[in-house]
Amino acid sequence: MNCRKLLSTIVLPLFLLLFSTAVWAQSKTITGRVVDAAGAGIPGVTVAAKGQNLATSSSETGEFTIVVPASATTLVFSSVGYGTQEFTIGTNTAATVTLSQLAGNLNEVVVVGYGTQRRRDVTGSVTTITTKDFNKGINTTPEQLIQGKVAGVQITSNGGAPGSGSVIRIRGGASLNASNDPLIVIDNVPVSNSGIAGSANILNTINPNDIESFNILKDASATAIYGSRASNGVILITTKKGSRGDKLRVNYNVVGSIAKRTNEIDVLSGDEIRKYVNENGTAAQKSLLGSANTDWQSLIFREAFTHEHNLSISGGFKPLPYRLSLGYLNQDGILKTSHMDRTSASLGLFPSLFDRHLNITINGKATHTKNRFADEGAIGSAISFDPTQQPYQKGGGFAGYFEWIDSTSGKPNLLSNRNPLALLNLVRNVSWVNRFIGNAQFDYKFHFLPDLKLNVNLGYDHQQGEGTILVPSVAATQLVQATRVNGTGDIYDAVNKNKLLEAYLNYTKKIEAIRSRIDLTGGYSYQDFQYENTNYPPYDVNGKLAPTATLPVFPFNFNQQTLISYYGRLNYVLNEKYIVNATVRRDASSIFSKENRWGTFPAVSFAWRIKDEGFLKNSNLFSDLKLRIGYGITGQQDITGSAGFYPYIPGYFTSDSSSLYPFGDTYYSTYSPKPYNADLKWEETETINAGLDFGFFNGRLNGSVDVFRKTSRDLLATVAFPVTTNFSNEFIKNVGSFKADGIELTINATPVKTRDFTWDLGFNATYIDREITQLNDVTPEDFLGYPQGGINGGTGNRIQVHSVGYTPNTFFVYQQVYGADNKPVEGLYVDQNGDGIINERDLYRYKSPQPSTTLGFNSQFGYKKVSLGFSLRSNLDNYLYSNLNSHQGVGRSILNPLNFLGNSTRNVLETGFTNNQYFSDYYISNASFLKMDYLSLGVDLGKLGGTNSSLRLTANIQNVFTVTKYKGLDPENFSGVDNQVYPRPRIYSLGINLDY
Amino acid sequence: MKLFKLSFLIVLLGALASCTKDLDRSPLYGVTSVTVFSTPAGYKQALAKVYSHFSLTGSGGAGSSDIAGIDAGTSSYVRLHWSLQELTTDEAIVAWNDPGLPDLHTMSWGSSNDLIKGFYNRLFSQITVANEFLRESATGRVGEKGFSATEAGEIKAYNAEVRFIRAYDYLVALDLFGNVPFSTEANLIGGDRPEQIKRTELFTWVENELKAAEAELKEPKTNEYGRVDKAAAWMSLARLYLNAKIYSGTDRSTDAITYAKKVISAGYTLENTYKNLFLADNNLRKNEIIFSIPFDGLRMQTYGGTTFLVHASLGGNMSASEAGVDAAWAGLRTTKNLVDLFPNSGADTRALFYTNGQNKQINDVGTFTDGYAVTKWMNITSEGKPGKHPTFVDNDFPMFRLAEAYLIYAEAQLRGGTGGDATTALQYINKLRERAYGNPSGNLASLELTTILDERARELYWEGLRRTDLIRFAKFTDASYLWPFKGGVKEGRGVESFRTLFPLPAADITANPNLTQNTGY
Repeated sequence: MNCRKLLSTIVLPLFLLLFSTAVWAQSKTITGRVVDAAGAGIPGVTVAAKGQNLATSSSETGEFTIVVPASATTLVFSSVGYGTQEFTIGTNTAATVTLSQLAGNLNEVVVVGYGTQRRRDVTGSVTTITTKDFNKGINTTPEQLIQGKVAGVQITSNGGAPGSGSVIRIRGGASLNASNDPLIVIDNVPVSNSGIAGSANILNTINPNDIESFNILKDASATAIYGSRASNGVILITTKKGSRGDKLRVNYNVVGSIAKRTNEIDVLSGDEIRKYVNENGTAAQKSLLGSANTDWQSLIFREAFTHEHNLSISGGFKPLPYRLSLGYLNQDGILKTSHMDRTSASLGLFPSLFDRHLNITINGKATHTKNRFADEGAIGSAISFDPTQQPYQKGGGFAGYFEWIDSTSGKPNLLSNRNPLALLNLVRNVSWVNRFIGNAQFDYKFHFLPDLKLNVNLGYDHQQGEGTILVPSVAATQLVQATRVNGTGDIYDAVNKNKLLEAYLNYTKKIEAIRSRIDLTGGYSYQDFQYENTNYPPYDVNGKLAPTATLPVFPFNFNQQTLISYYGRLNYVLNEKYIVNATVRRDASSIFSKENRWGTFPAVSFAWRIKDEGFLKNSNLFSDLKLRIGYGITGQQDITGSAGFYPYIPGYFTSDSSSLYPFGDTYYSTYSPKPYNADLKWEETETINAGLDFGFFNGRLNGSVDVFRKTSRDLLATVAFPVTTNFSNEFIKNVGSFKADGIELTINATPVKTRDFTWDLGFNATYIDREITQLNDVTPEDFLGYPQGGINGGTGNRIQVHSVGYTPNTFFVYQQVYGADNKPVEGLYVDQNGDGIINERDLYRYKSPQPSTTLGFNSQFGYKKVSLGFSLRSNLDNYLYSNLNSHQGVGRSILNPLNFLGNSTRNVLETGFTNNQYFSDYYISNASFLKMDYLSLGVDLGKLGGTNSSLRLTANIQNVFTVTKYKGLDPENFSGVDNQVYPRPRIYSLGINLDY
Repeated sequence: MKLFKLSFLIVLLGALASCTKDLDRSPLYGVTSVTVFSTPAGYKQALAKVYSHFSLTGSGGAGSSDIAGIDAGTSSYVRLHWSLQELTTDEAIVAWNDPGLPDLHTMSWGSSNDLIKGFYNRLFSQITVANEFLRESATGRVGEKGFSATEAGEIKAYNAEVRFIRAYDYLVALDLFGNVPFSTEANLIGGDRPEQIKRTELFTWVENELKAAEAELKEPKTNEYGRVDKAAAWMSLARLYLNAKIYSGTDRSTDAITYAKKVISAGYTLENTYKNLFLADNNLRKNEIIFSIPFDGLRMQTYGGTTFLVHASLGGNMSASEAGVDAAWAGLRTTKNLVDLFPNSGADTRALFYTNGQNKQINDVGTFTDGYAVTKWMNITSEGKPGKHPTFVDNDFPMFRLAEAYLIYAEAQLRGGTGGDATTALQYINKLRERAYGNPSGNLASLELTTILDERARELYWEGLRRTDLIRFAKFTDASYLWPFKGGVKEGRGVESFRTLFPLPAADITANPNLTQNTGY
């Protein structure tokens, strides 16, 4: 049977058949406010009617309203990090409830994938971050909410462009060439990490304001239930819900912000260039000098304004709780012309039917994102462009912008840089992206056996992107390209679809006789990803075919990937003290051939609740003590980035119209065999994790420490194949192994808690040591490794290497020799092997861009209705290669034989280098840093003059300061190669939150 | 009702299991080997790929490459082979700092040198597609397809040409690397790692294979442009035998004369104007050129090949537009050693040097104006018109031309080969000199072996042959013959003798434990 038909013909009617009536009841409304010891409202508190299976949650200011049946007697208030409080309803219709803070609430429900567990029963390494812990300020993309907040999770944004993405690494990643991105699951729909044409970052199509919590699964015992894609950890994102019994609640939130550059790259001024050229240049070069003092960087950047509006309406319409939210974000980037705006809508319906035997969750999130991308090449150009020139040239060509020209042809100089302003203003690169992600989840508790539940989840993620790039023919960038002399009018479009069907049975039973609890889950998952894009030829600005362009061989590209899995989990609790959790998942991926596509991924873990042993039970010191030990194997198959979707199938390319071969007078398109590897199979990562959760002083001080070792085997690595055994000299193969050892520490504390004043703080630290332990079948001594990390300058230069015994992407450079004046001697390096010549055998492995240690520290102060918070983050031992200085900071950057002048970073005055010395270790330096990610101030104004509305004002600064010895613009850089990054701005924002 | 519901669940789970066939995903838009080799036209397109390894770097335009781990443009067969054969000698020096590039002229390359690895991979990539083509075009295989006799005959001709190409590649491997991994159509994709072959054994294999291919190749000058014929096999054999003493330890000068004579008597004639052989319309010089690697600015775009030779030769005061291109890459010059082989008078028109603003002496390798520039490769036609595209040039790269056959004949005769005679040898050399001088004023009265080396430099410089010549004349590594920056010092110095062979790339030794590194590396 076709799987799509299956959905419509079996699964849906199943539910229609099984159920036919709904239950309605009489009700009563209770309103009130939940506050902490200091009297500040607590948002997101679950307010439940005891024994009624209905609940709501408190607003941003702690307000709540719940409609309960007349039979309800007690309300139960609970929230992550707070003690549970009960409230007797009696005749009350209003309630003010004070919750005491109790970090690490043991009864908190933790989302663990295919179900939930109580915190006390969790045996793996799972971190939960909820709304109240989110990073403050303007955060346009979800991952920014938790940056720096979770031990073992490193989030590095790609730059300061609107909506730009981040590199997310959980425990450093487990793979070499396969993807190191964690699996992201949004409301139980695992999403693809592949981007789509037209979007800078596919996660920015999710409105962060709709997110309720992140659950991060880190060790194999926690992730193995997601076996196939879990090697790099799992991030479960849950969006906000409405609850049964809620009365209508409206929240409106508006934030306005202004973003500014923090500093700029230090380059020579116009006067300095005139001096330098007059002293060192030839007559021809001197004649090129202009008389201006143009600060190109200040011309291309701006102060950028952003405003964001979010409106949410939630409540319960009889038995139908709902939440509707609308969001609008309008963000200008600090690089001129860059812009993003996003309109989002999300609707959640959460009906319970048939005496609450059937709980349905329907989530739909739709976003429409519009982007204008600025040519980030303008940043590099602003650094290297001659500051003695005026930006504009009256009456000149090139739309009035100054450009270097070739005096013989009158055309723009082909090899010179381009006017940075023209690069921005003459290009219109716009796109829009629509995304719909939704799921319908049916959780049915069998009438004849209430301990047994069937959960069916149908998910769909649809992304569509379209864009155009328009450049007029007068632009210098066009005139230098024979195929672009009529300008550019390129278009592109793409559609990604992701379909999910999951079903599992869950059986829970408490067997008092043997003091045991059993929680058994078994399920099935089918997921299908489709990626399609149209192949357009290049067009000119008038929509006609560009000169010499021909139509593509195939009108479309289409790729498809399917994953099928069976999984099971047993959670067994004995005597509320000893917990065993075992999972197994069997996965198949269409990436591999029939013989190799199934993999089995088991995990087992054990927890001992020491606190509940007799000797600690009555301890006042310890409020919690739990030991966790886990072992598991997870899989990896995501190699589409390096080997495509069909890496085991032989096939042929058809060459394009510029890659023909002539026989006689006829030019033939060639058939070229593709590399393939029929032996590819799952990469496996084995994780051992031991953790200790602890709490002291009634939870006022609590935390956990985890140690782990991850060993990846049969790495899906791009390595050399023996020549003639494949159609490429390098291809993907299961070879080699990789190891990561680490320690994570998390501490949360509430040092002060009085009626008026509270002080909370959180600290996390991660140490990771990663090493490639094997990379080939044999590793002879003279094999240097696989070069990585392409740099600007020269042709094909790469500055890093994967080699056995070292961290991936270790820098591979010459050791600089310094003169008596402590200045580096140009071109003089240490002859490492002493053979009298300097060649590639004298390169040495020097430091790595990955920090050994990452630290996070955040704190929140509350005094009466005012709260003040900040978050600090630090990376230690991360090294950075200044490609900016090595490429654009030598004499040749200013003076060259190519008939134009350039500019150089001020570093040239320190080195005195004339020519580029790309491989000198001089350019690598320690980029350890401490950053304050935000400083936020909030004032709770409470109810507005007798109305039901309450008001909260916030003021934030993001990217407050950076402390570092690194001399470049920003020490935070995932790749370790520092060149022309879109600078991360400092953002000042003001927000108003209105609750009704 | 309970039973009904339970049975429903069972049906559901059973139906789910049927989805596993969805795991058999295959490309929707794509071509398989079955489609490729189902028609004679498909065979021809597959043949085109085997040939195009000489010209192009990949299938998807100038930015694409069949070779991983190297810049696409750099990965070109002609560009890399030229670099290994010329930049290591007195004929050429380059200003750039690309990975591994400066080590060629300073003769300090190691086993991870990017260009050596790049060319080795290019060579064996072509051998791999040739093996695949030979499997698919084997007589038995073709016989199953129901083609007409004419079609089958044409595919047989393709088969012979591919066999030749593979043998030529092994000849180049024999010359540069000596002892290489060896695989034929019997070695399947995904199969065992190839075994290493000794240089002497490879010599014999190449000799036999070239002869076997020769028997099936078309007669000289009867094949389509862009395809090889018997004369290409004869030239390859003549080169093989001329260098036999180096390759196998045994002098085979007599055989060299035999095959040079076959070429000379095949109807080729010298082109009147020397420099026309290298211009944008040199596809017209079929009278002298036996086989050219074709290039075309519109339909065959690459940053390697002659596009590299034209752009990289330009710099300093030279006008790019006068060379028919849009940019000077300011890289390649020559040393005084080559310049000094020509008379100062300019009488020898083969001395295509640009001297304005250029210093004959080289003080700084990285400065384009140090060393005379060479204008042999220009993207203009013999009528002075620019090529079709300002970036990608039209110049074909002659692989074999008649002049070389003359030089082989003369040299083999002087080395004691029989079957030729001294008078004819002198005549042949003087034919080349008369063309160069435009009259007999430059003619020689007698020949010596060293004269041949110098004459080869004057006639064949920057055509990718110099390293092999210097090795044959024992002038490549030791201190008996020096040029600027040989061994990395300005005056030049001798280097280790093992450098007459390049190392096998460390990457392949890592992947293939059957291989033993060449001595010295």
